[in-house]
Amino acid sequence: MTETLPGDAIPNPTDEAAINAAVDQAVTAIAGAATLDELKAVRLAHTGEKSPLSLANREIGRLPKDQKALAGKLMGASRGRVNKALADRTAVLEAENDARILLEETVDVTAAPRRRRAGARHPLSTLQDRVSDIFVGMGWEIAEGPEVESEWFNFDALNFKPDHPAREMQDTFFVEPPEAHLLMRTHTSPVQVRSMLERDLPIYVLCPGKVFRTDELDATHTPVFHQFEGLAIDKGLSMADLLGTLEHFTRQMFGDEAKVRLRPNYFPFTEPSAELDIFHPGAKGGPRWIEWGGCGMVNPNVLRAAGIDPDVYSGFAFGMGIERALMFRNEVSDMRDMIEGDVRFSEHFGMEI
Amino acid sequence: MRIPLSWLREFAEVPAGATAEDVMEELVKVGFEEEDVHRPTDTLQGPVVVGQVLSIVKEPQTNGKTINWCQVRVVPEGAEQTLTGEGIDPSGVQGIICGAHNFVEGDKVVVTLPGAVLPGDFRISARKTYGHLSAGMIASVRELGIGEDHDGILVLSRIGLDPEIGTDAMELLGLYDQAAEINVTPDRGYAFSIRGAAREYAHATGTTFTDPASKVQAPEVLSGGYGVKLNDDAPIYGKPGCDRFVARTVRGVDPSRPTPPWMASRLRLAGIRSISLPVDISNYVMLELGQPTHCYDLDKLSGDIVVRRAAAGEKIATLDDKERTLDPEDLLITDDSGAIGIAGVMGGAATEVGDTTSNILVEAAHFDEVSISRSRRRHKLPSEASKRFERGVDWHVAGIAAQRVVDLLVELAGGTADEAGTDVGTAPETVTIELPAGFAAARIGIDFSEEQIVTALEDLGAAVEKHDGGWTVTAPSWRHDLETKEDLSEEIARLVGYDKIPATLPVAPPGRGLTRLQQQRRRLIQALADAGLTEVLSYPFVSKAANDTFGVAEQGAARPALKLANPISEEQGFLRTSVLPGLIEVAKRNHSRGFRDLAIFESGQVFLPGDTAGTESIPPLGAKPADEVLDALYDGVPDQPFHVAAVLTGHDSPAAAAHAPRLWDWADALDIARLAGDVLGVDLVASQGSHQAFHPGRAARLSLRTGETVGYAGELHPKLLAATDMPARSVALEINADALFEAAPDVIVARHISTFPLATQDVALVVPADVPADDVLDVLREGAGELLEDVALFDVYAGKGIEDGKKSLAFGLRFRAADRTLTADEASAAREGAVALAAERFGAVQR
Repeated sequence: MTETLPGDAIPNPTDEAAINAAVDQAVTAIAGAATLDELKAVRLAHTGEKSPLSLANREIGRLPKDQKALAGKLMGASRGRVNKALADRTAVLEAENDARILLEETVDVTAAPRRRRAGARHPLSTLQDRVSDIFVGMGWEIAEGPEVESEWFNFDALNFKPDHPAREMQDTFFVEPPEAHLLMRTHTSPVQVRSMLERDLPIYVLCPGKVFRTDELDATHTPVFHQFEGLAIDKGLSMADLLGTLEHFTRQMFGDEAKVRLRPNYFPFTEPSAELDIFHPGAKGGPRWIEWGGCGMVNPNVLRAAGIDPDVYSGFAFGMGIERALMFRNEVSDMRDMIEGDVRFSEHFGMEI
Repeated sequence: MRIPLSWLREFAEVPAGATAEDVMEELVKVGFEEEDVHRPTDTLQGPVVVGQVLSIVKEPQTNGKTINWCQVRVVPEGAEQTLTGEGIDPSGVQGIICGAHNFVEGDKVVVTLPGAVLPGDFRISARKTYGHLSAGMIASVRELGIGEDHDGILVLSRIGLDPEIGTDAMELLGLYDQAAEINVTPDRGYAFSIRGAAREYAHATGTTFTDPASKVQAPEVLSGGYGVKLNDDAPIYGKPGCDRFVARTVRGVDPSRPTPPWMASRLRLAGIRSISLPVDISNYVMLELGQPTHCYDLDKLSGDIVVRRAAAGEKIATLDDKERTLDPEDLLITDDSGAIGIAGVMGGAATEVGDTTSNILVEAAHFDEVSISRSRRRHKLPSEASKRFERGVDWHVAGIAAQRVVDLLVELAGGTADEAGTDVGTAPETVTIELPAGFAAARIGIDFSEEQIVTALEDLGAAVEKHDGGWTVTAPSWRHDLETKEDLSEEIARLVGYDKIPATLPVAPPGRGLTRLQQQRRRLIQALADAGLTEVLSYPFVSKAANDTFGVAEQGAARPALKLANPISEEQGFLRTSVLPGLIEVAKRNHSRGFRDLAIFESGQVFLPGDTAGTESIPPLGAKPADEVLDALYDGVPDQPFHVAAVLTGHDSPAAAAHAPRLWDWADALDIARLAGDVLGVDLVASQGSHQAFHPGRAARLSLRTGETVGYAGELHPKLLAATDMPARSVALEINADALFEAAPDVIVARHISTFPLATQDVALVVPADVPADDVLDVLREGAGELLEDVALFDVYAGKGIEDGKKSLAFGLRFRAADRTLTADEASAAREGAVALAAERFGAVQR
């Protein structure tokens, strides 16, 4: 502090000029304080008990009665000016101080650690949900069932004759003892049978789930894979309805440019039967036709097995592989990536598909 | 089915330049998927010509071998060599070194000239070897890629050929032909023949088809031939095993006659090995007409042929020189000596035609599909014949096929046919199908014209008769798959074209959306992923040991598990009773790939057989089983609850600047289990648990408020971790999620929110060390009464100042009343109540 305080001379509280001079001195000193610490010293010097203004104030008591009002008014105004100067300067210095400290606290945000693990869904599970949601949006319901099934639900109810070659083509895992007629379902069609037995007509259900075939694991085969099958049973359904349903679904899934093509095929549980190709506008290497599954009109024997009169009701069914969709939609080239559980595979997808 | 194009052309109008790909593109339209292309010229390129060996000079070598230095004429004498190029001798005579010795001067052979390319990308050029310039190669069938014969080079006279020198040998041997391979679905057995394929090609292209059966002149009636009896005393499903047996005799066949190259070429393209002329003829006719036939050496037969079921323990030596024990269900061809063939599957070795056979008995029979299928499976004998019989053969073509074999044996093998022949059996009843007018249109969605319907059916070979309500259709004899009006609708749609079907979108009735269970499952999976765990999948196939370790029931005993009859690997021959073994395998795989810090989870069904698994029998198809039969089917399916499990190894997060990752510990496992309960609104109770896969002191049993155990969480057993090479202190949990879903509240009743001030009080209690903190919490809740809003354990202490065998538990209690501000005295009184009850129950002493 460089200024000198007028400590020896107590200004007269009625002397306006002297008081103003003291106030001016205080205001100048306040304005000159460069730090909050300096400001504190200035405050003590100019407003403390020994400061000229405080001392002058104390003098008021000794003044004659007729001068007290004038002095009081004068001193009040001067205190106001000093306090305001102090408050203003404090605000300025505090703001400066804050800015400096926060600046000093700057960090490198790019060096932030990842404290939480980002979890992930398996893409087959996410894709299955997505497919289900499309059908739920169409008013369909999702049906599920056991993976170890009675042979009847998996084959006989679906019109697979006991000695027909079609039965062998399914490469079935049988459960011991074979006389118990239990197997691992080779498709989700047994869920269709259960749906027909358990639900009221009409039926519009989608049956997603795991299925099993005795294939060795390689880049394009796995003994455990996922399917979704659809079943609609209503009065007057035709193959045109099947095609329309598939077209609507594939457009939701692959965009408005997607198309569906049917080719004749054979399945014991449908008649007529068709192979289902989709035109995938987003396929790697350009838009193209891709084989995706099978479909057809439900065989009357299948309806009969569920106690539904085929002369009154007709239905259509379709089935597609989810792994296969993941291969052509998301460009997974090796089936093993889906089943080995390498965390990089799921984590790359995160929660999306 | 492989279709040689030259053969197809005989009966269908295939454009001259058509390739196998072009043919497949047509056939796929009518339902035959493309499989493969077989085209010799893809791997074999000329010049490959007929040459005549002019001279052979034998030159012994130092290695003991003798090589032949041959002069081979490759253009006719006096003619000019028109080929040019390096190594082509303008004189028309090539000098060639040959190591084989099975030919002599004057033989006509196949010469691959310089410039030719042989299968295996073997390029022929003139090269110096054994002191000569060898300009070409004298080829063996193996080198040409047309056979496996190792005996040496192909001498053309031995396959009955004497072509002019210089002839294009590829043309001669049928190597410019190609075959289209298509997939034949199991309902279309007739398409396992050129006859069927040509018909379908005509359907696909709308062109004319000539039936190969129509080109054979077979007698209407046969009599006086070899004695044949059909004695099936145990038909399957009431169908006789054999309902037609045609036998014809051809005598004086020349066993030295070779199979002509055109036939060998077609058989080869069709994927059938050439064996001997009679066998090749039999196979050729099978491929052409779809009817398997068999040739017996007539002189080896004794007595009448009897077709019957096998006797128990009866044996036969089959053509593949294996002795097989027969089953009483096997249908046999027998003579006085016993079994001479398993009907429709494989012939016997004893009556086989061989090098000395001159008199042949030809069999063309019709067998029951199921009987053949069972024998084939029983003896694991898939054959070209069984493949066709299982799928159904045209009953009416047997006589024609037999005649075709006879004709070829006469024409190619020099035999003489007996006038007499045998034809026994009964034709199946003709089946007619009613096709109501409008049915196909309704089912397909195309408004078919009458003409479209009738034309399509007649093109198939069906007889169609119109009446008021529609049509009566008699299916052709080769189409056993056509039984119903739905089958006919498919045929009409197939021939009109599936691409003509319009698209209409049916509207489902208003649905319910996802069920509560489906939503719960999604919420659980998503919550675990959101909590930082990675979802993975594993196979449900595990070892018995893994199930015994992880799949424990309430009392610690291993749960019974389902065993697969035909697992991929015997070692993993059981179905999981726990998700953890698969997850641990996944963890190990990730570890081996350099990822030690893991938090993975999997959800899925586990398989828990009950007392009854399966059913003894299966109801027939095409009818709804009676209620009690259905109930038994339902009850026989084992319980398969949906489980969720997680494994955490290593650290909770990656190491980073200014961040020290934490090792996962047992409490993390418990925390995740609790999270699973929380997201479903289920109060999971953890208590000290005992599970052989877990650390004996660091496992929690998870149960519902009802006491039902729903899972375990904690640190895996150190021995198990060591045995599986997992990081020490890895933790895991598994929960029966279905039990949680079921326990979830239907409706959550809102709780009153009091806005009066909170009063907090802490209390430290000394209790015996083995008293679980959670039990003390329960007692404090009970003792504190309804003013207690919440209580939490905030410290556990044992050691200095606490008696041995005891521990101090510090709790924070929060009190609040619904209707007033609590006084300090009221809060204290409630606390004292809690402490008093803890003292009573556990001998707790306040510190």
